[in-house]
Amino acid sequence: MSDAAQKKTPLYEEHVRLGAKMIPFGDWIMPVQYSSIMEEHQAVRNNVGMFDISHMGQVVATGAAAAEWLNEMLTNNVEKLEVGTGQYTFLLNESGGIIDDLIVYRTAPEEFLLVVNASRAGEDFAWLERHRAENVSLSNRSAGFGGVAIQGPRVVELFHALLGDEIELPARNHIVDCKLNGMDISIARTGYTGEDGVEVFFFAKDAAKFWNTVLKTGEQFGIKPCGLGSRDTLRLEMCYPLNGSDLSPEHNPIEAGLGFFVDLKKPKFIGREVLVQAKENGTAHRLVPFRMKSKGPPPRPHYGVWLASEQIGEATSGTLSPSLNQGIGMAYLPTPQARAGTEIEIEIRGQKFPAVIEKKPLYKKP
Amino acid sequence: MNVPDDLFYTESHEWVRREGDNARVGITDHAQAELTDVVYVELPKVGAQAEARGQIAVVESVKAASDIYAPVKGTVLEVNKALEGNPALINTDPFGEGWIFVLKMASPDDVKQLKGAAAYRAAIA
Repeated sequence: MSDAAQKKTPLYEEHVRLGAKMIPFGDWIMPVQYSSIMEEHQAVRNNVGMFDISHMGQVVATGAAAAEWLNEMLTNNVEKLEVGTGQYTFLLNESGGIIDDLIVYRTAPEEFLLVVNASRAGEDFAWLERHRAENVSLSNRSAGFGGVAIQGPRVVELFHALLGDEIELPARNHIVDCKLNGMDISIARTGYTGEDGVEVFFFAKDAAKFWNTVLKTGEQFGIKPCGLGSRDTLRLEMCYPLNGSDLSPEHNPIEAGLGFFVDLKKPKFIGREVLVQAKENGTAHRLVPFRMKSKGPPPRPHYGVWLASEQIGEATSGTLSPSLNQGIGMAYLPTPQARAGTEIEIEIRGQKFPAVIEKKPLYKKP
Repeated sequence: MNVPDDLFYTESHEWVRREGDNARVGITDHAQAELTDVVYVELPKVGAQAEARGQIAVVESVKAASDIYAPVKGTVLEVNKALEGNPALINTDPFGEGWIFVLKMASPDDVKQLKGAAAYRAAIA
């Protein structure tokens, strides 16, 4: 297999040097794990871990009309964002289907940064460009930037060690610019693991220096470099959706149980009519988490979900939860059956194993 | 990577220890290192008929399920029940406590068609 077409992040050489197992991820070649998914998962739950998220797309929208225009493109209310804050939101098609889920930050009164999924970055940019208002300019700055997620309960201690005790991390969903050893960095208090944490963005030229500075300073806090494997187990324990698995253009945010990030009071945004209907009339299906009831094989995407000898859906995500030591997953199920406590079965290689529909999140910190 | 000299190997990374007419089977150190974090093993049933290169067991890591193949034709004589409680034995002791099943071989000479340690070492180099 040729990897000529695979894109490498500015941290690729660091991953290889650390002995990471590299796998194709969309157009990218990314670390799936360095030592063990279990160990990396526990590092984030108990200490701190660092993930390369340089593959994520970054789109900047500027202009006097940028806020107004973005409010017609995205489901959440951009007008509520003060400078230096961000929100989780969706980019929908006309049928209310999800093109992407993303975080939009207001970085200046008339400037917004959209951090989007790697696998959708090209599509998102093309969609936004096609719908762009006249006095808004858009730039795709993905190639010039790197980013990492630093996640875990010891993240505050780590940043005090890096930046000095007088610097406070931004509050949840806030973003600040600062300098570390001469490098310009943006720190956002957000993440995809359920732990306290930050996502940090920097120029691609500084990527290796930033990565190694954090790993070195983080040693005393038990930091581990973490790959896509533990990123998936961590997010699934929290029931955070993964675009391409749990989210797709065939489903809208109401079905996905993410209506909190949709502001239907806004008069106009792409997909709004469908979501108003979905909210008023309910949806035929609902994305719900489930947990296996017995020790057995872990569920995987596309495994059948059964209720009373009828297949009612299929898993969109599934794995063994390292924190719970149980199989967990998510599935779109018919709304009448999609209730926490409902006993279901998951079909694994022709055999059915008992499971139960749960409430979000599947894992709560003890 | 550990590749014991006294075992036979398959291209699909199973090892075979010949014990008279029986073959004890597991997955190699290389295979467990590639899979990492084995979290579940679906054992074959005792008495099951195995065809050479036929799928017979499943080893699951956090990330994926991987099929395990019978290296030779035979009948399943014994399975490693310890893996039900502690699947990680495959990671910690792949050539010992982490064995998966024992086959009574249909023709014990079949092992000669498998790779020796040197050939397997070359294959994973």
